[in-house]
Amino acid sequence: MKSASPFIISQSDKRPIYLQIIGQVKRYIAVGNWVEGDPLPSIRQLAADLQVSVITVKRAYLELEREGVIVTHHGKGSQVAPKQDLAEELQQKELVQYLELAVRLALQLGIDEKELERRLRETMERLDERERV
Amino acid sequence: MTELAIRMQGVCKDYPYFALQQVSLELPKGQVMGLIGPNGAGKSTSIRIMMGLVHQDSGDVEVLGNPMPAAQIATKRETGFASDDMRLYGSMTLEWHLDLMRRIYPNWDEPYAQQLLKRFGLHAEQRIKGISHGQRVKASLLLVLARRPKLLILDEPTTGLDPVARHEILREITSIVTDENRSVLFSSHNTLDIERICDQITFIDRGRIIDSLDKDTYMDRWRRLRLEIPSGASVRALPGVLGIRQTGRIAIVTVNAFQPELPGAYESSGARVQAVETMTLEEIFVANVEKNREEVEA
Repeated sequence: MKSASPFIISQSDKRPIYLQIIGQVKRYIAVGNWVEGDPLPSIRQLAADLQVSVITVKRAYLELEREGVIVTHHGKGSQVAPKQDLAEELQQKELVQYLELAVRLALQLGIDEKELERRLRETMERLDERERV
Repeated sequence: MTELAIRMQGVCKDYPYFALQQVSLELPKGQVMGLIGPNGAGKSTSIRIMMGLVHQDSGDVEVLGNPMPAAQIATKRETGFASDDMRLYGSMTLEWHLDLMRRIYPNWDEPYAQQLLKRFGLHAEQRIKGISHGQRVKASLLLVLARRPKLLILDEPTTGLDPVARHEILREITSIVTDENRSVLFSSHNTLDIERICDQITFIDRGRIIDSLDKDTYMDRWRRLRLEIPSGASVRALPGVLGIRQTGRIAIVTVNAFQPELPGAYESSGARVQAVETMTLEEIFVANVEKNREEVEA
C-alpha cells in the first residue's frame, strides 16, 4: 500500500492524536531523519495520509511552532526550524521526561532514592556491557 | 468570515412521534463534520432537510450558499449524497450505473472511478443483486465520490463494513478535504471514526443539538476525575461537573466544562485527586446521552 506518511497513529496509544503527531515529528528530528530547513508535509496532505482531521494536524503544527521546533512561512508551508542543537535539545527533553517517569514509578513502588540510584547504576552497567560485546 | 458549506439556523420539523427542535449548525468549507447521536435522534432527518428531501417547517437552511429547499436543483448538482436506503437497481450491473452517472454529471471523473473500482475490489460487470452488502455500500459511495462533488453528505457510510473497507472509505473522505473548497458531512455510530477524521462534531439527541463545535474544543471540555474522599463526606458538584458516582470513599466525577482549576478546587475541599483523565468520544457519547435521559425523565 502506498503511504507517503512516515507516521503511524496508534489507537491503543492513550495520548490525543495531535500529541502523537508532535511526538513523531520530534523523533524524526531527534534521530536526524529531518534536518534544519527540511520541509514538512502540508497540513492537509498529512491529514489525508494519516486519515485524521485537518484540525488535529493544524493543532500539532501550531504547538510545534510555538515550541520553536518548526517554522511556518505563510503560503510556503512548514520547515524544520533553523536551530543547530535542536536534535540534542529534544533528546535532552526526552531524557528529563523519562527520568521523571522513572522517579514517579519508583515512588509508587515505594523505592527510595538510594535504591533507585543503585538500580540506575546497575542498568547503566548492564547496557554498557551489552554495547561493548 | 469563513465560508460555510452548510448552515442550519433554528430548523424545526414536526412529526407525530418526533420533532426536530431548533437545529442550528455550521460547517465551514474544507472541513469534515461528524453527526453523532443515538438511534432516532434526528440525524437522518437533519440530513434529509439539508438535501431538500424533507422540507423544514421553519428555520433557515443554506447549502453551498443556496437556500434550501428553494434552490435544491442547483445544490444537488454540486452535492453528493449517499445513504443506506439508497437503492441501486438489483437487476442491473454496476457498469450500467456508472454509465448513467457519466451521462448525467459533466464533472464525472472516469480515471478516479476506475481507481476506486480497483481499490474497493468491485467489478463493473457484476449485477448489483449478486454482490454483498459491503460491496453494495462501496458501490454507492463510488457513484457519488467519482462525481467529485463540492459537498459530500453521507448517512452512516461505514455501518456494516469490515475494518478494511471502513478504512478505505475513511481514506477517501480525508483525501477529499486536501482540497480546501470541498467539505464532508457524515453521520455515524462509530465514535472512533468520528473522533479520528472529523474537524467538527455535532451531537444530536431527541431532536435537539446538544453540542456543535470543533472537535478539539469539544474533547478538551470533557474529563473524568478519580477522587478519594474523607470517610463520611460526599462530593459536591463544582461548576462544570456533569455527574458524580460515589461508592464509599471513591468518587468518579464526569466533567463537561473542564477548567484547569477544578482538580485544585476538589483538593482544597478535602478530596484527593487520584487521576484526571481525558475521555474518548465513545465515553462522552454515553455520558451525554445518559445525562440527557435523566433530565427528560426527571
